[in-house]
Amino acid sequence: MIDLPLIWAGLIAVSVLLYVLLDGFDLGVGILFPFARTPQDRDVMMNTIAPVWDGNETWLVLGGGGLMAAFPIAYGILMPAFYLPVVIMLAGLILRGVAFEFRFRARRRGRQFWTVMFALGSILATFAQGLILGGFIQGVTVANLRFAGGAFDWFTPYCLIVAFGLVAGYALLGATWLMMKTQDDLHGEARRWAVFTGALVAIALVTVSISTLSVHPQVSLRWGVDTAAGAINWSVFGPRLLTPGLGLAGLLVLAWGLATGRHLAPFWGSVMVFLSGFVGLAIGFFPYVAPYSVDFRQAASPDNALALMLVGASVALPLILAYTAWVYWVFRGKVTPEAGYH
Amino acid sequence: MDLDALLLSRMQFAFTIAYHILFPAFTIGLASYLAVLEGLWLKTRDETFKTLYLFWIKIFAISFGMGVVTGVVMSYQLGTNWSEFIHLTGGVIGPLLAYEVLTAFFLEASFLGVMLFGWKKVGEKLHFAATCLVAFGTAVSAFWILSANSWMQTPQGFEIMADGRYVATAFMEVIFNPSFPSRLVHMVLAAYLTTALVVAAASAWRLLREPGQRESRYGLTMAVGMICIVAPLQVMAGHWSGEITRHHQPSKLAAMEGYWETRADQPFHIIAIPNRDTQSNDFALTIPGVGNMIQNAPRDEVIPGLDQLPRGDQPPVWLVFWSFRVMIGLGLLMLALGVGGAWLAWRGKLADRRFLRFAVAMGPAGFVAVIAGWIVTEVGRQPWVVYGVLRTADAASPAPAEAVLTSLITYVALYSVVFTAGVIFVLRLMAEGPVRAAAEPIPDDRAPGSALAAAPEEIPGDPL
Repeated sequence: MIDLPLIWAGLIAVSVLLYVLLDGFDLGVGILFPFARTPQDRDVMMNTIAPVWDGNETWLVLGGGGLMAAFPIAYGILMPAFYLPVVIMLAGLILRGVAFEFRFRARRRGRQFWTVMFALGSILATFAQGLILGGFIQGVTVANLRFAGGAFDWFTPYCLIVAFGLVAGYALLGATWLMMKTQDDLHGEARRWAVFTGALVAIALVTVSISTLSVHPQVSLRWGVDTAAGAINWSVFGPRLLTPGLGLAGLLVLAWGLATGRHLAPFWGSVMVFLSGFVGLAIGFFPYVAPYSVDFRQAASPDNALALMLVGASVALPLILAYTAWVYWVFRGKVTPEAGYH
Repeated sequence: MDLDALLLSRMQFAFTIAYHILFPAFTIGLASYLAVLEGLWLKTRDETFKTLYLFWIKIFAISFGMGVVTGVVMSYQLGTNWSEFIHLTGGVIGPLLAYEVLTAFFLEASFLGVMLFGWKKVGEKLHFAATCLVAFGTAVSAFWILSANSWMQTPQGFEIMADGRYVATAFMEVIFNPSFPSRLVHMVLAAYLTTALVVAAASAWRLLREPGQRESRYGLTMAVGMICIVAPLQVMAGHWSGEITRHHQPSKLAAMEGYWETRADQPFHIIAIPNRDTQSNDFALTIPGVGNMIQNAPRDEVIPGLDQLPRGDQPPVWLVFWSFRVMIGLGLLMLALGVGGAWLAWRGKLADRRFLRFAVAMGPAGFVAVIAGWIVTEVGRQPWVVYGVLRTADAASPAPAEAVLTSLITYVALYSVVFTAGVIFVLRLMAEGPVRAAAEPIPDDRAPGSALAAAPEEIPGDPL
């Protein structure tokens, strides 16, 4: 018998990871918008992501829609728990989503307005995602499989740290993406942004890692760290160290790439950092989908629903990955100010 | 959850979904129209089709973007404001929504990039394929959304487990529930009509200013031909949908027709002022003896009225009754536009200025009719969220009223700004018209239809 809830937990995790990496870099470009020196630079920055942002954002819809369909109980707990951050995130995504077209169509003042909205929307959406992530890791109050906490449970120092960290992280992805996709002066700018945000991410990574260990007893237990006694169970903690090791390796690749003037390596280094952060957090909350009371089996849809979706997903997902890769291939290479898209 | 939060959540859902449906209603048809235009251009090499394609794709890009971002809100809102609905029915309705993402959303989003920015990156045939895939994606999207919504109207193929959650007993019955086929056809035709009306209005507007303008003549002829074919089909589809409603949702039909009394030989109220307090119509302009005939029922068949239901189980009658009449009235005007236009075209008099003005005036009619129709079907389903099974009041989230009020205000403010800007941009493009846009000095190496190629940041003298 196939373990359907486990497969769907994995598929949704992959969707969320792909979302974070893909929309991460295009949200990051928006976060960096205020730092661009000229309107022409901003045009190029937007042109690097214009053909792909919509597809990137669809992974969020699959992550959310998949959670709704495969783990409706978790969806029903988490969405009310993060009511206001979800609204802020959606508002940000709306502002930046329409800004792609509106900024180009608008004239003088309208154009400035939508330039600001693109940046503001990207920052708001990212910050809200950070609040949701932080709130998820610190745990949600549940009674009778329903959310039973307060409207501002996510407003804690921990969540704010995670949110700032995510803004820095997406900005790093955006900066290294721009290093890959641009040339000349803008490439140099992007490199400076990558140095700065890379340093911020390194600090955030350490801060978030340490505070995550103390945010909930289950997390430290899963890591083999007894925070109360200050003791470490090395048989658990030792193998787990591979994850922060991956993050460290990512930072090293990033630093090496930046130091030696590579165009591609910094981006892949940043991806490694995100991968490590993702796995590191997942170790802490697994197997809960509504931490720390409802696990993925309790929250799952009936098997026939999961099976039906798995049939569709096993046909559709390879196709989606294939044509997404094709679209990226079509729009490969550097984007220049003169040429735009052709 | 207290009553205020419930009411606010309902207001928010009504507002956000009414706003969202405007864009699919337009882009489902427009995507197909673009595919037809590009196909005709590739086949005939008539530059008129290319100019029209490059003109409408700009309007498509703006509308589609607004549809995407407001659509994301819809799926998340089911969790934030209607978590109990998802908690209970997620195992039945969730897969339908997941299939929409897997089979349609990705397809549209990915190939939209190629459609908008890939004109010179891929070959003509591949670009045409991208346009067709986007159009196909919009239709598949409609399939799943209408299936999910129809299941909420006419639920079947499920049972309720011991813990109150729903489990599907037969997904084929869930997907192909009784009201799904008629409602899908009705909605897709509505989308085609909406688009055709907009194309007709924009073309007619141009022709009023610049008689004989080639692209606009093509546009108007195509749109009028479409309306002439689709409007009569839509009358039939609407009738079909009404018949399904009579069989499966009698309380909705009673509200649509203002029937308070259960009886054979129902009358037809042309207009009426339904009054819930007195459980009767305060005023009605009535044709007796034809109600059953309009419902396609034998004259002696008893058609239930609202008196079958306790007052608490009745849908709001006034809103449903009048929205239905707005939809029907506009539908008849569309029929007149299509048939009248075809007659004029046959006589070679499509440039008649009175007809052109009528076509301009009818431009927004599709949008109004679509919203009116959705009010009929959604408000007519009340007080149920899943008809006869789950009450709307039992489906809401445990969110406090203050939070819901905050989100409602946020959405209203945000959507107002976005809507105003979007409408300005679309109308501005329409005012420029298809020819002038083509005559613009577009450098050869810039993608036509490209939304984001470098443009001057500042054009003096214009605030927007």
